[in-house]
Amino acid sequence: MDDILKIADREFKSRFMIGTGKFPSDEIMNRCLEASEAEIITVAVRRVDLENPNADIMSALDPKKIFILPNTSGAQNADEAVRTAMLARGMGLSNWIKLEVTPDPKYLWPDGDETLKAAKILVKEGFVVLPYIGPDPVLAKKLEDAGTATVMPLASPIGTNKGMKSVDTIKIIIEQAGIPVVIDAGIGSPSDAALAMELGADAVMINTAISASPEPVKMAEAFKLASRAGRFAYLAGMAEKRDTARPSSPTKWLVK
Amino acid sequence: MFYEEFLKINKELIKKAVNSGDKTRVETAVKKESVSYEDFLALLSPAAASLLDSMAIRSREMTQKHFGKNINMYIPLYISNECSNECAYCGFNRKNKINRKTLSEEEVKAELEGIKSLGYNSILLLTGEAPDKAGLDYVARCVALARKYFTQVSLEIYPMDTDGYKKLVDNGATGLTVYQETYDPETYKKVHLSGQKKNFEWRINTPDRAAQAGFRKIGIGALLGLYDWRTEAAYVGAHAAYIMKKYWKTEVSVSFPRMRGSSSGFKPSEIISDKELVQMIFALRIFTKFAGITLSTREAADFRDNMISLGVTNMSAGSKTNPGGYVGSESEGQFEICDDRSVREILDAIKSRGYYPVFKDWADTFGGNK
Ligand code: SF4
Repeated sequence: MDDILKIADREFKSRFMIGTGKFPSDEIMNRCLEASEAEIITVAVRRVDLENPNADIMSALDPKKIFILPNTSGAQNADEAVRTAMLARGMGLSNWIKLEVTPDPKYLWPDGDETLKAAKILVKEGFVVLPYIGPDPVLAKKLEDAGTATVMPLASPIGTNKGMKSVDTIKIIIEQAGIPVVIDAGIGSPSDAALAMELGADAVMINTAISASPEPVKMAEAFKLASRAGRFAYLAGMAEKRDTARPSSPTKWLVK
Repeated sequence: MFYEEFLKINKELIKKAVNSGDKTRVETAVKKESVSYEDFLALLSPAAASLLDSMAIRSREMTQKHFGKNINMYIPLYISNECSNECAYCGFNRKNKINRKTLSEEEVKAELEGIKSLGYNSILLLTGEAPDKAGLDYVARCVALARKYFTQVSLEIYPMDTDGYKKLVDNGATGLTVYQETYDPETYKKVHLSGQKKNFEWRINTPDRAAQAGFRKIGIGALLGLYDWRTEAAYVGAHAAYIMKKYWKTEVSVSFPRMRGSSSGFKPSEIISDKELVQMIFALRIFTKFAGITLSTREAADFRDNMISLGVTNMSAGSKTNPGGYVGSESEGQFEICDDRSVREILDAIKSRGYYPVFKDWADTFGGNK
């Protein structure tokens, strides 16, 4: 049986998304994409320069091969995020938008209030909204109620590669969600991605961990395998963890 | 305002710390995730000079983590070299007999178009300090004009009050750079001979006023060569940390302008070696891990190339420091340019080191942009 990730009206085989922000060249980015078999890549609207088609990141990506998801990175409040989303749509990029509202340029921690505010406006405007959020279960539900297509909680602060520091709240988000949950920031190693998927996340988004690796292409492949392994484990259902060994059939003697 | 903080800083303690020989402290600091101010001072000390390699590795790692392998490209445009001040070290000093020029709006437009054709999206507009010739209204009009071509318009102009800055932000300015030149009040007095710039407190509080007015990016720095570099760097670090904490939405970047020959004929009191400059950059990166680091064409090509992967995040290329320089004018520049390679050559150098030159990194929908 095919294990398909469905977001809004689109279907994806891969459960691994990739960010474009930190690659040293378009060529390496594309080789990583190939190795990762990712089907979604996010591109910052602020980086798109349609006036300079040759120097533009968009010219390096083939929309037939990969779904390009514009993001609002750099927006510090709802107003900027909404206008950035409109700009993306106006440029003909997409009516899908990865909503990022991060007033703090250091840890890029998402602003929940402003994200919710922007999400409500964008959903009304007909956007498919994928919001980046802190690991906050209540906010996740509010966004779902507002009509977002996913929620994308961070595992730990962006770019830190610290992995699943918010396991407990992420579990709650996953348990309560009626829409796909994509673990967005902080995943630093393939084992983090595997863990996220084992917990039941629908997908993971990776950037720094790949682009900052000395061998990005190999690392992209490692993430592909790890997220797949984690997903398989989740689907298979994990055996319970125990401190002591138990006989496998303690009541076997009864059927004698 | 930062001046109050500045008065609280104990200069003697700083001097002592940046001159100490505690190598163990340096070794520990390099391994820490977040270093304290005291650690930072140790990283500036002579003891750290022998650990430059491990500082370099740490600086590279921290930069890649936060900024990726990206170098933001910008280009300076001097719109006026008129100045009513008398800074001993500067070619624009009013006592200097040089060809003065304030570009007309037509000329600004021609320059902007010339620069735009090089592929730039981020521009830095510069002036001297001549409010009667290149005043607020003039600068505001230039900003609005530049915004038609560029997504980011930063300024390196004379200090203004918050309302003045607000007007510039409303016209689309995104960043402001203001160098304190020197954080030593005595030296400051000695090199700023006349004019508004003599006021140390007014200048040191400029980044506060700029952040309050809504500039999203603020650049600071000291002009290296006026005073003991370790002490200057210690203050630059304190200033950067202060802005980041107080104006938490503002991005800070730091530059390290070494004094270059100018028509002023000024002789720096000390020459900062490459090794010292590099130590200063690493120390700042390790202390303020989120600060941008700018390296201008004041530095030599070789030096810049080698620093691409070691902490730098912003670079200019193909720069001219005289008004009208891009379309060929006879006016005088502010200082000598050391890296005079073409934009193409500099881009190739960045790419060949496995880095990505970024021309556009700002959306029309951010900040004061309309
Ligand atoms: S440094 Fe600035 S204020 Fe001083 S003389 Fe030069 S242009 Fe004028």
